[in-house]
Amino acid sequence: MTDAAATPGRSRGVRQVVGDYFKATEIDLRLFGMVVALAVIILGFGFVTDGRFLDPVNMLTLAVQGASVAILATGMVLVIVSRNIDLSVGSVVGVVGMVYAVLMHEIYPTTIGADTSYGWLLALAVGIALGAFIGAFQGYIIAYIGVPSFIVTLGGLLAFRGVVFYISGGSTQAPDDKQFVVLGGGPQGSIGGTASWIVGLVMVAAAIGLLYYNRRERRRFGFPLRPIWADALIGTVSSLVVLGAVYVANSYHWPAGLATQYAQAHGITEPPGGLQIESGIPWPVLIVIGVTVAMWFLATRRRFGRYVFAIGGNPDAAELGGINTRWTILKVYILMGILAAISAAIASARLNGATLDLGQGYELYVIAAAVIGGTSFAGGIGTIPGAVLGALVMYSLKYGLAYEGLNSPGQDIVAGAVLIIAVGADTINRRRGS
Amino acid sequence: MAVQAAPTGTKTPLVAMNHINVAFGGVHAVQDVSIDLFPGEVVGLVGGNGAGKSTLMRVLSGAHRADSGEILINGEPVVIANPRDAKVYNIETIYQTLALADNIDAPANMFLGRELTTRWGTLDDSGMEKATRTVMGRLNPNFKGFKKPVKSLSGGQRQAVAIARAVHFNARILIMDEPTAALGPAETAQVRNLIRQLKNEGIGIFLVSHDIHDVYDLAERVSVMYHGRIVDTVNKADVDMDDILGMIILGKKSGEVSKNELEKLL
Ligand SMILES: Nc1ncnc2c1ncn2[C@@H]1O[C@H](COP(=O)(O)OP(=O)(O)O)[C@@H](O)[C@H]1O
Ligand SMILES: [Mg+2]
Repeated sequence: MTDAAATPGRSRGVRQVVGDYFKATEIDLRLFGMVVALAVIILGFGFVTDGRFLDPVNMLTLAVQGASVAILATGMVLVIVSRNIDLSVGSVVGVVGMVYAVLMHEIYPTTIGADTSYGWLLALAVGIALGAFIGAFQGYIIAYIGVPSFIVTLGGLLAFRGVVFYISGGSTQAPDDKQFVVLGGGPQGSIGGTASWIVGLVMVAAAIGLLYYNRRERRRFGFPLRPIWADALIGTVSSLVVLGAVYVANSYHWPAGLATQYAQAHGITEPPGGLQIESGIPWPVLIVIGVTVAMWFLATRRRFGRYVFAIGGNPDAAELGGINTRWTILKVYILMGILAAISAAIASARLNGATLDLGQGYELYVIAAAVIGGTSFAGGIGTIPGAVLGALVMYSLKYGLAYEGLNSPGQDIVAGAVLIIAVGADTINRRRGS
Repeated sequence: MAVQAAPTGTKTPLVAMNHINVAFGGVHAVQDVSIDLFPGEVVGLVGGNGAGKSTLMRVLSGAHRADSGEILINGEPVVIANPRDAKVYNIETIYQTLALADNIDAPANMFLGRELTTRWGTLDDSGMEKATRTVMGRLNPNFKGFKKPVKSLSGGQRQAVAIARAVHFNARILIMDEPTAALGPAETAQVRNLIRQLKNEGIGIFLVSHDIHDVYDLAERVSVMYHGRIVDTVNKADVDMDDILGMIILGKKSGEVSKNELEKLL
């Protein structure tokens, strides 16, 4: 009798005890579920391919392919949280991507010269300004004139795709800029082994620093603290994940041909067995990490993000609280345009060319990524890391199915089904929760 | 107006709203309404549902622009075009709808639009949580769930958040639109104590209710609205509760109601 009282855990059952411990970590259940889903998908494909799928080159390719959509998804979270939608992102990617190509391929050679050291930066600046302008234009019509965002951005989806055709002159354009192409990833578009370890260590330090800072803040104000073991666990697991990812990225070495070329160009005599150059983290992945951190910061640590969520939760309350709701919505669309420009840089650099259909259909993947990542269409709910994980889940499925020989229409069928299942499971979960 | 009731000893009203009109399409929600409020005074604004009380108060809190009329603060004409303007004049409002963003927590709601920031410009969530805990300690010591979205709080706790928001920011003019609607008896008593306390600090309070019983003990003066118009503003000392009840229901000044009508009513 007294025994049972002393160990209430046993009488409550293992599930509940685990649940209590889990609760103590204050980990977002939804995010945790997505990480598990991602692991299951990747390990599942690894299993059915006898491990071939787990080769670092596949992991890197998958991440790079998902980068453009992941970047857009971080912005789409805020758009949907504020009870709006942006269907035009794919077409804006198309326009900006084409502008990059036309600038570098046609305009630079007759003005500043081709392949200058700063040409790619100038192009990026132009693209980001253009993206921001397009975002501001659509955002203004939505926020200040009051046309529903669905309509405005549906118009944008059609119209900007037409604009792509006109600025391209009707055919694919190649950026042809050695520095710009680096943004697209691949062996030469990666930061190398040493830099990758440094990035990894910086991220680990940042994670531990953040945990420590939060703890200190809560202690300073005398608020209840998370158990120390939970902080230690979170710190350890996230450090291992980061360093593991760097290890995987570094275990991919440049292909022999490329390494030989590099050795010759730099006057290095190749050792027997060829020069081994660690590829490391691809630039697009590094950009995704940077964008995710920046967007997470904006969404959770700045007034702007707080306002976006408040507007999504209750637009009237936000207005009565004195928030300039229109300006906030306009800013969300400007941000979306800037992200489209970044996404366009990666997409066109990766293909080393801006095709007429660059970005076509992105809007669907981007919205799906945000929604799979826990963004609610009712507004007010969503997280930036969730959306990035959503993009990763979708692209690992897509890539895995392609690896298994399923064609693109087949991949789309699976992606569509996953979207519905993910949201359906979430809906049932929430209904049970409330 | 024949009898302009006013508390003794004060000259310039804190707030005077003169000849306010608001129409929604064909509905004249507020018609030529004049009302005022002095420092340290509680004015009860009563009337049946749909009488126009909330609409009138929303004009003062900047939630709605009047079609015509003027607002004076300390005798100076002012323009209150939006809620931000109202806050500049230290007008704080507890809305009938509470106006909470359900998806964010109590501190975020309390500081909505007026967030504390650190010296790096980031949100000072700890500071806001601390301030919220302090205010709640005074308002509703049983309050829990500072980190939960307010959606998951009880009606009384949600109301406490809305009240906390209004009293935290040093209001000089406080509008309370049906502030005890969702509260139990104990919580209602707490709010009534709070009102007395704020009044003693010199704050002017518009206390709005459809039920005269909610305001009778607390108010010095009572303004009665009926179908968008002010029936009369009376000193509570000059009338009894039945007189006011008659005004609310019949829409006539207490002198104009016949004995017969009053008896039928009661
Ligand atoms: N936003 C609105 N749009 C249209 N009619 C409204 C609106 N707000 C209030 N009304 C109308 O104005 C009248 C007064 O409403 P209200 O001020 O809420 O009354 P009270 O607060 O005294 O119950 C009612 O007839 C109501 O239907
Ligand atoms: Mg009302």
